[in-house]
Amino acid sequence: MPKKSDTARKLDDVGIEIDGDVESAEEDKKTKGRGAKKPAAGKRGKAAASEDGEDEDEDDEPPKGRRAANKKKAAQADEEDSDDDIPQRRCAGNRRRGKVRESGRDGENEKSGRKSRKGGNKKKDGKGKGKDKENDKDSDKDEKKKKNSSGDDSKSDEEEESMSEGEMAKLMEEVEEKKKLIANIRNKPWRMRRRLKVLKEAQQFVDKFEGALGKGKGRKLYAYKVMMMKKWIKFQRDFENFRTSCIPWERKIKEVESHFGSSVASYFIFLRWMYGMNLVLFSLTFGLVVIPEVLMGLPYGSIPRKTVPRDEQATAMDYSVLMDFNGYCKYSVLFYGYYNNQRTIGLLKFRLPLSYLLVGIGTFGYSLMVVIRTMAKNADVGGGDGEDNEFTFAWKMFTSWDYLIGNAETADNKYASITTSFKESIVDEQENQKDENIHLRRFLRVLANFLITCTLGGSGYLIYFVVKRSQEFANMDNLSWYEKNELEIIMSLLGLVGPMLFETIAELEEYHPRIALKWQLGRIFALFLGNLYTFLLALFDEVNSKLEEEDSIKNASIWFVKEYYANYSANNPNDTGTPPPIDPADIIRGPCWETTVGIEFVKLTISDIQVTYLTILIGDFLRALIVRFLNYCWCWDLEAGWPSYGEFDISGNVLGLVFNQGMIWMGAFYAPGLLGINVLRLLTSMYYQCWAVMACNVPHERVFKASKSNNFYMGLLLLILFLSLLPVVYTIMSLPPSFDCGPFSGKERMFDVIMETIDLDLPAFMGTLFGYVANPGLIIPAVLLMVLAIYYLNSVSEAYKNANMELKKKMQMARDEEKNRRNNKDSTNQVMKDLEDLLPNRAHAPPENRAEKKHDQGGKSPKVKPGTAGGGVHLQKDVSLASANPSARGPVTRAPGPRGPGPLPGQPGPGRGQGPPPRRQ
Amino acid sequence: MGNKQTIFTDEQLDAYQVRDSLVCIFTFFLHCSLHGRYHELAPHLVPMDYTNDPDVKVPLALIVNMPELKENPFRNRIVESFSEDGQGNLSFNDFVDMFSVLSEMAPRELKAIYAFKIYDFNVDNYICKEDLEKTLNRLTKEELTPEEVNLVCEKAIEEADLDGDNKLSFADFENMISRAPDFLR
Repeated sequence: MPKKSDTARKLDDVGIEIDGDVESAEEDKKTKGRGAKKPAAGKRGKAAASEDGEDEDEDDEPPKGRRAANKKKAAQADEEDSDDDIPQRRCAGNRRRGKVRESGRDGENEKSGRKSRKGGNKKKDGKGKGKDKENDKDSDKDEKKKKNSSGDDSKSDEEEESMSEGEMAKLMEEVEEKKKLIANIRNKPWRMRRRLKVLKEAQQFVDKFEGALGKGKGRKLYAYKVMMMKKWIKFQRDFENFRTSCIPWERKIKEVESHFGSSVASYFIFLRWMYGMNLVLFSLTFGLVVIPEVLMGLPYGSIPRKTVPRDEQATAMDYSVLMDFNGYCKYSVLFYGYYNNQRTIGLLKFRLPLSYLLVGIGTFGYSLMVVIRTMAKNADVGGGDGEDNEFTFAWKMFTSWDYLIGNAETADNKYASITTSFKESIVDEQENQKDENIHLRRFLRVLANFLITCTLGGSGYLIYFVVKRSQEFANMDNLSWYEKNELEIIMSLLGLVGPMLFETIAELEEYHPRIALKWQLGRIFALFLGNLYTFLLALFDEVNSKLEEEDSIKNASIWFVKEYYANYSANNPNDTGTPPPIDPADIIRGPCWETTVGIEFVKLTISDIQVTYLTILIGDFLRALIVRFLNYCWCWDLEAGWPSYGEFDISGNVLGLVFNQGMIWMGAFYAPGLLGINVLRLLTSMYYQCWAVMACNVPHERVFKASKSNNFYMGLLLLILFLSLLPVVYTIMSLPPSFDCGPFSGKERMFDVIMETIDLDLPAFMGTLFGYVANPGLIIPAVLLMVLAIYYLNSVSEAYKNANMELKKKMQMARDEEKNRRNNKDSTNQVMKDLEDLLPNRAHAPPENRAEKKHDQGGKSPKVKPGTAGGGVHLQKDVSLASANPSARGPVTRAPGPRGPGPLPGQPGPGRGQGPPPRRQ
Repeated sequence: MGNKQTIFTDEQLDAYQVRDSLVCIFTFFLHCSLHGRYHELAPHLVPMDYTNDPDVKVPLALIVNMPELKENPFRNRIVESFSEDGQGNLSFNDFVDMFSVLSEMAPRELKAIYAFKIYDFNVDNYICKEDLEKTLNRLTKEELTPEEVNLVCEKAIEEADLDGDNKLSFADFENMISRAPDFLR
């Protein structure tokens, strides 16, 4: 252990005990009225060689018979005291009482059961010196104990009362001190033997005086409290462990992280997060919409919208039809059209249409809330790790090993992950150290951005062109296969070529891989957006045409029903009763554009899943197989050269996930079953991709650390959420729902269902209240207020940021300062140097310095090692002063010359002071 | 209870328990099991009867095979820094010491002290560059290139060294480690 700190601690201890002694000595005098022969308090320092001189004086019995008598007394005391003792202790005390070597004088000691054999020995063997501090203390204790325990309880009570307030407080303080010592005993790097001894003494002291101060009365309660506290802490820890172990796939992700670095792991963490969010959305939709409809709604075949039309029935169960989500799939609970527009269903009067609308809006509300909250939380974390870069390598080196690892496989993983993390940091570091031609780099970056903008513009135009052409094609017949599928083909080609092109161009920029990833993500995102919006435009065209079509069909449908009844009464003039209802399969249907939209989205999602999984299977697995096994019989090294194993494509996968989620958000309103499909997809892809990445991929060439807060992913997600919110809200607010399908059929607009509820189910004043709230006179001030609040909060956060930067700068400065001071060199700061040069007393500073050195050398204490604190306290003060302001003596302009055998100039040797020669303890 | 008395005298147990009540994790029984573990390591060396403080030490080679330490890259250093003779032979006291320091209940400061001892391979009370290199090679199973090792060690010293002597004293080490978020083991 470090010598210095050890000595310092010892000094501390001495200090404490000195106080204690003076204190108890005074007390003794007062209480016993006897001339206590306490030695001067300052003379202690040795813990060994103890003595009980005082004891004999105070003992009434002759020394010879003392032990036996003491034992007897102790036994009495024990019996008296043990009533309020915990049984175990008493047991220990009793057992110990039988020991001969134990100096059983003090009942208090016995009681607390805190006497080691060594303590006993020590007490026994020394006699007559009476100087040792510990003995003093022991003897004090003994005295006290006798007072307390030897029968005259009333007397001791009086004595305690007679203590003045100040003494009380002093004693209390001291007890606190000892308690602190006990609490901190574990912090001392002492060998066990020494620890035991010191601890025992402090313990005795506390036990005794705490009792004297009246705290002992509540000891049981106190012990109980302490125990409960410990239990509580333990419970909290266990609970934390339990919670951690409940996080799904933690182990899997850690395994991936250990092999591929945090950037790949960040994708899987993102995937897990998405899964959690989708699970909530799924349970919301299924719990409030799908399951009530299945349980309480009308069964299949009861009304037209729940029945497959007659002419489709023949093929409704065909596999190809089902795969296109037509046939029975289309007329199922998965899609919007299946739901009935009954206001309430079932015995519970469940308002399904209202619930449908609210869940649709709630899905967006919840998603927005979660995304924004996660972003805010991540930003918090990001702010917290600002000082992380201070000790990156040192921390990695000293704290990365997990000492709980006992499993060989885990250990291997840990080695791999530590190596990876070191590599990540090295890449970061090299990136920092790189300094090249900055102009060339800037030029290349501008060029790269220019190229990429061109590419994006070109692809945008291409999509526009193709969409226009496809609208022309739509009116033509006899198209070739290419002409029919031109749009899709161009889209997928763009999606395939674009990212690769971007990656090639991005190499010009030479960004750090982490930043490069962000750029890449942003660019591909822009490319995909075109894709998405083209799709949406096409969809809206379709919806509009269907809306036009609907009017005519509506008339036809009504006419058909009338015709049917007219025919029926015409054909059966005798039957006066109501005619049998038409078979729901025969009624003419509208096109139900909502279900069409839902089907489009479900199809898109399914095809996306297929493409993703097949890409992994072929692009990664097959490639890995070929590379691995054909390598035995190939002309060049497949593993090292082309094609080699695949790397995990982080940007592509993240964007795939984000866009998929956009599809889900857009489609979920028209196809409630889509959420179920998505949950399944995320679940399987977690396992599948984990397996694929571990089995077929190799780590990136430059493993890099993901930024701690993956707010960039979240930002993308938020953007796509907003973009998918727009069309859905637009359709809900402005398009009329189909007349014969879905929960809102027959209404002018979908949100009319809310108006209806307000009018019919809520008391009348609520309706007027809502009327007021919707008044523009109220809404405009509210919006204004919000804008102002945003402005205010924004400027406040700006101010905080500035303050933060300032503080960081200060910390950095303080650190540099400290370094310089410790180095005892002149400051690295040029301004400070100049200032020092301007100091007027510079001329005579060096001689003084030299003189001091000489003086030190003259002092005779060659034995003193630097670092051993000299005897007195005042000296120590000098030391601290000297080191606090080294420049007070003037600047050091030369390198220090060879030093004599004396102590360092900063640390005055004992030759200067008159204190006692330093003792090595 | 009867069994226990054959191993330790009551006093010994009491003494340990004094400590234990503070160390918090050991109870009587656990203590016995600790002795059991100690005994298991070298049945022929460690007597079951501890009443008269036998001077027994278990050599390093036996200790490092404990499952707790088997996978640890610093196992030899750990055992060495806890042994009183520096050679890795542990007496029972040292053994208990080791467990209490490595337990999760041990305070940070204490851990820092012993961690410093563990990382100080050449026992000169400073962590110098060779120490760091050894540490790093053990942590990464020597998978980094020498240049990388060099870079990392230099960076680590540069970061943590406050007094500019190109090695880490305990003050440097403690200053650095006390701010580490995950120094809990």
